[in-house]
Amino acid sequence: MEPLLEVRDLAKSFFSAPGPLGGQRQILKAVDGISFTLRRGETLGLVGESGCGKSTTGKTLLRLLEPDAGAVLFRGENILQRSARTMRPLRREMQMIFQDPYASLNPRQRIGDIVGEPLRIHRLAKGRALRQEVLRLLGTVGLNKEHIDRYPHEFSGGQRQRIGIARALAVRPSLIVADEPVSALDLSIQAQVVNLLQDVQEQFELTYLFIAHDLSVVEHISDRVAVMYLGRIVELADATDLYRAPRHPYSEALLNAVPLPDPERRRARRLLQGEPPSPLTPPRGCHFHPRCPYARDLCREQYPVLADQGAGHLAACHFSAEVGRFRNPS
Amino acid sequence: MSPLLDVRNLMTYFFTAAGLVKAVRGLEFTIDRGETLALVGESGCGKSVTALSLLRLVQPPGRVVEGELLFQGENLRRLPPNEMRRIRGNRISMVFQEPMTALNPVLTIGEQIAEVLRLHRAASRKEALTGAADLLQQVGISDPHLRLREYPHQLSGGMRQRVVIAMALACDPDLLIADEPTTALDVTIQAQIMDLLEQLKDQRRMATLLITHDLGIVAETADKVAIMNSGLIMEYAPTASLFRQPTHPYTQGLLACIPRLGEKRHRLPVIADRAATGRQAKGQSFLDGLSAPFAPVRNKLPPLVEIEPNHFVRCWRD
Repeated sequence: MEPLLEVRDLAKSFFSAPGPLGGQRQILKAVDGISFTLRRGETLGLVGESGCGKSTTGKTLLRLLEPDAGAVLFRGENILQRSARTMRPLRREMQMIFQDPYASLNPRQRIGDIVGEPLRIHRLAKGRALRQEVLRLLGTVGLNKEHIDRYPHEFSGGQRQRIGIARALAVRPSLIVADEPVSALDLSIQAQVVNLLQDVQEQFELTYLFIAHDLSVVEHISDRVAVMYLGRIVELADATDLYRAPRHPYSEALLNAVPLPDPERRRARRLLQGEPPSPLTPPRGCHFHPRCPYARDLCREQYPVLADQGAGHLAACHFSAEVGRFRNPS
Repeated sequence: MSPLLDVRNLMTYFFTAAGLVKAVRGLEFTIDRGETLALVGESGCGKSVTALSLLRLVQPPGRVVEGELLFQGENLRRLPPNEMRRIRGNRISMVFQEPMTALNPVLTIGEQIAEVLRLHRAASRKEALTGAADLLQQVGISDPHLRLREYPHQLSGGMRQRVVIAMALACDPDLLIADEPTTALDVTIQAQIMDLLEQLKDQRRMATLLITHDLGIVAETADKVAIMNSGLIMEYAPTASLFRQPTHPYTQGLLACIPRLGEKRHRLPVIADRAATGRQAKGQSFLDGLSAPFAPVRNKLPPLVEIEPNHFVRCWRD
């Protein structure tokens, strides 16, 4: 089947401002040539630690940031070649849900206006029909009719995230990029919002790019998972395979670091040493080699390509076959 | 032997313009020397206010209105301010969630750690700086003499949290209060910091009050757990017992609703009666929201009952 979205060699750099005494502007390669596809109706989880480029990836896909290089094919067409004006009808198809439900809603707009605005902009409804549609959307995300005339500050974090979801659903998109949609929420609220995201995915046949740093949530919601490190995808595979048998040392280390809510499985953890290097000066060779327990001379020289390690399980590691030796016993 | 810290019937209220908010409504717990108690709950449950109450750092319109805070047998509520200052940062110290806000951006790391030693230990400038370098070494910071001259913004989040821990440990406290110490950190750094805290605790026989919402961290580090909701302890038990036999419906809900590694479920169970509508609004009790079988006597709080040795539950249900 044709993928809904295909990303080829996407790159986006930022330039650091020169210091007060001038000096060299530094290049930060936030996204450094990544490729992946999104199949219709699937959820691709994108995980990695802060600064790995996962949010930049999400924004660049929707052209909220202009990429420097690469191609983004939506239903087979490279959307990067569209002008701002011809991009607009396509924006209907692609929506975003943000992390911070406090910052992503205009405090001076009523809920009805927030959810109705995309419908007005895309001229999908007006007047009475618009209000009807907004009420229907509020129902879909589990809010009440009375909420339509209230302001964001009257809602809890979980309810605000529901409003953000209703707004994204308003224009009937096919693709939603959800950037850390539950990480600001309390545990019990997080479960509700995750369930809601899964319900509306089924109901509206949505495809998700689900960006998050919480590995347990990502495993729960994703069909496939991509792991990023310093601007590049280091592993991409079916969620079940990746969590059961990671083929990149970084994925293995991430999984080892997650504390398990089970005191009987308390264990001596194998910890990843050191911190991620600055993305301004990534290490030579494989970016991960200074922290990698499997690293050898080759890793210091050459960046490994993201290659099929069997059954479509992609990993960028010279010694991928060995990964698993340092996995914590479970 | 009496416990290191014995909190009895602690109540902290906020007298706001909008009305009275009972943030902490009668808390009881003890911590022994070298023991880790995890205080677990969702935002607004009163866990951070509890920590501030212990250190007597609650700001108006908030006030501790009731209770005894017995630390080594002495009631902290009765101490005059200058004696309380001798305890704070010395016998009891604190690590906060956000290391950047806990550090002064215009002072070097060295000056900030040295200040603690000079204040509480009357160390000379030189002694204090040597002590600071030593502490940085202990919290796993390489090249400590170099780092002493750096400012907080020059360090990563994980490094800053190590510095905050070094400051908290400077006077070898008996009790460390750690309020979400790793929430702002990435998972691999979180594991390093938790490991460090564990190690330091063992070396020093230091007790820890760990405030967190992460049940994984609780399972891996705590000796006992208090589950809080609406300013009250709902369940209080040794860690193994709590995870093996969660008894309060709220504890059961919390444990059920988290996704777990390696366990793919179709849907996440949701905590009863808190779905969709705004029951979690501040000041409203979880008990108020519970359906009939759990709270048959609505106007009265159920007492904290011992259901097996050291395992307490506040619930009317058998």
